[in-house]
Amino acid sequence: MPTVNDFEKALTPTWCPGCGNFGMWRALKEALEELGWAYEDFAVVWGIGCHGNGADFLNCQGFHTLHGRALPVATGIALSNPDLHVIVEMGDGDGYGIGGNHFIHSCRRNVRMTAIAHNNQIYGLTTGQASPTSDQFMKTPSTPGGVVEEPVNPVGVAVAQGATFVARGFAGDIPHLKELYKEAVAHDGFALVDVFQPCVTWNKVNTFSWFRDRVYKLEETEGYDPTDRTMAFEQSMKTFHELTCAPDECRVPIGVFYREEGSFTYQDGLPQLDRPAFKRAYEPRDVSEAMERFG
Amino acid sequence: MAEQKTVAATGNTVVAEAMRQCKPDVVAAYPITPQTTIVEEYAGFVAKGRVHTEYVTVESEHSAMSACIGASAAGARVMTATASQGLALMWEELHIASGMRLPIVMANANRALSAPINIHCDHGDAMGARDAGWIMYFAESAQEAYDNTIMALKVAEDPSVLLPAMSCLDGFITTHSIDRVDVLDDESVAGFVGEYEPANALLDTDDPVSHGAFAGLGGPFFEFKRAQREAMEAARPVITSVGEAYSQLSGRPFDVIETFGMEDAEVAAVVIGSASGNARHIARQLRAQGVKAGVVKVRVFRPFPYAELAEALRGVKAVAVLDRAESFGAEGGPLFLEVRSALYDASDRIPVVSYIYGLGGSDVRLELMERMFADLSDIAAGSAQPGKLVYLGAR
Repeated sequence: MPTVNDFEKALTPTWCPGCGNFGMWRALKEALEELGWAYEDFAVVWGIGCHGNGADFLNCQGFHTLHGRALPVATGIALSNPDLHVIVEMGDGDGYGIGGNHFIHSCRRNVRMTAIAHNNQIYGLTTGQASPTSDQFMKTPSTPGGVVEEPVNPVGVAVAQGATFVARGFAGDIPHLKELYKEAVAHDGFALVDVFQPCVTWNKVNTFSWFRDRVYKLEETEGYDPTDRTMAFEQSMKTFHELTCAPDECRVPIGVFYREEGSFTYQDGLPQLDRPAFKRAYEPRDVSEAMERFG
Repeated sequence: MAEQKTVAATGNTVVAEAMRQCKPDVVAAYPITPQTTIVEEYAGFVAKGRVHTEYVTVESEHSAMSACIGASAAGARVMTATASQGLALMWEELHIASGMRLPIVMANANRALSAPINIHCDHGDAMGARDAGWIMYFAESAQEAYDNTIMALKVAEDPSVLLPAMSCLDGFITTHSIDRVDVLDDESVAGFVGEYEPANALLDTDDPVSHGAFAGLGGPFFEFKRAQREAMEAARPVITSVGEAYSQLSGRPFDVIETFGMEDAEVAAVVIGSASGNARHIARQLRAQGVKAGVVKVRVFRPFPYAELAEALRGVKAVAVLDRAESFGAEGGPLFLEVRSALYDASDRIPVVSYIYGLGGSDVRLELMERMFADLSDIAAGSAQPGKLVYLGAR
């Protein structure tokens, strides 16, 4: 089965030194190795953004899609080959902005697949403009007077919209993130792992140390029950609302917010997937008659 | 002539400057390579109070053009900018803007369309929108991008036109290269474009109107489309007269096509955008060697200058049409189809060859231009037959 080294038999990453994408890349490769999948057991779908350049950096079956369209492409893949594990890599501008409608509908559709969001709260690839998750009042080249809008709350939206597995990780805690990935792909339904992924070049506010001072783990929180949706929603409302918030007054959870076992997935609603088209095509055929004339 | 200052700036910088000088009421835009610096510069103007524009950062190009349409229907002067996939994502709105006769002006930083993913220059994005009912200017240089943007607004808002207009400039080559540009003073531009007097504005509460109502099955849809065609035809003299007025203001000549050596050319290339200089450079060298080579640059693609091209190419023995875009399944690229159609009524049958070049930013080397002119000379001399479409420089 492929190992971390095998997954690296691709192009060398061109991400900036210190980019949060490296932590996510490492966590994914380690998770894939520990899951013990063969190459043909899974496919990864990328959107557009710095994360999307990862399509060149991971040796696997993959599809680099258009800006915002990773989720619908992955849905098509997951439904045509229900035996395949499908992992989506998307960005905050990509998955929560231009493709935000797909995000909402993927949550309610509950297709068996995993969405990993590289949430750096900035447009990295186009060099530092505000993204849909940028903090309100944040100053960027496209918003020199500060962002006017409220940021998207991906975890809150996912819990509210019926996603059956909702987690948040931090690219600065690779072992923790790896475990989240493994739980997410094992989930029977749509799984979201939103990841705080510091952009060291363009986002000088939400840095590694900034997050490190402010995140805490839900699994270490006394009395937290990830099967309680109300509790999950309550925790999801804890956001970094003020750019200047001090570490002691603004703490944000990471870990598994919500998990619903035995949910009715989109695949469950399609009985024809028991015998999908690709399996029919692979049924062996007797070709001896055609071969006869070749002696 | 107006007072001008000479600056060293990129195409995107001077397009943003032209937008600022046109004083739009609303700009709604979304960043996309290689247009990004236009919206960044513009955001800076707004933040510094150098222009009083409602500047809207939206979540996609689909939303950007939708917001522009809403603002324009409300009676505002509206401008925006995009590129490539952004223009593609606006596709349905492009038709709404033209069908509702909203004079929105949009800069487009020409870039290839996926797949495979590519961020570099070709005209596939703009050519994909060529039937969307927009007036289309193409720039060879940063100077032309600046001038075209200002002229496009004046033409679009003309009461006899009222069509949206695109000001295209080549991604990276023109958008990101620093060029010498003469920039008009603010008052001259403001005076030139004037105040926009919207017809049927939503915000006219004394005379309420609705926009975009259903016009099917016996409704006036068919007649709306004819009115758009008539407006596009009406734009021809307006483009020319606005160009003349702008030439007087700026001292820079303007025509819908620009010719080089065409007074006696036997072989000629028709080209759009930044590669025009490459073609002219080789034509100049060839002329020094006694080859009667010429170049026609198309600066306005919609409405297409049929009569001007037919006139410019009269008497030429072989023509190459250089397309930085494909039209798969057609006999040649989009410009080729237009040029050959323009020559249909010519008294002599002129051989026309389609050359596809520079897709996805592939190099437009001078030796490719030499090879193209050498082909034409062989055809003109009768030693070669005009061949099928050529992928110039493809490996």
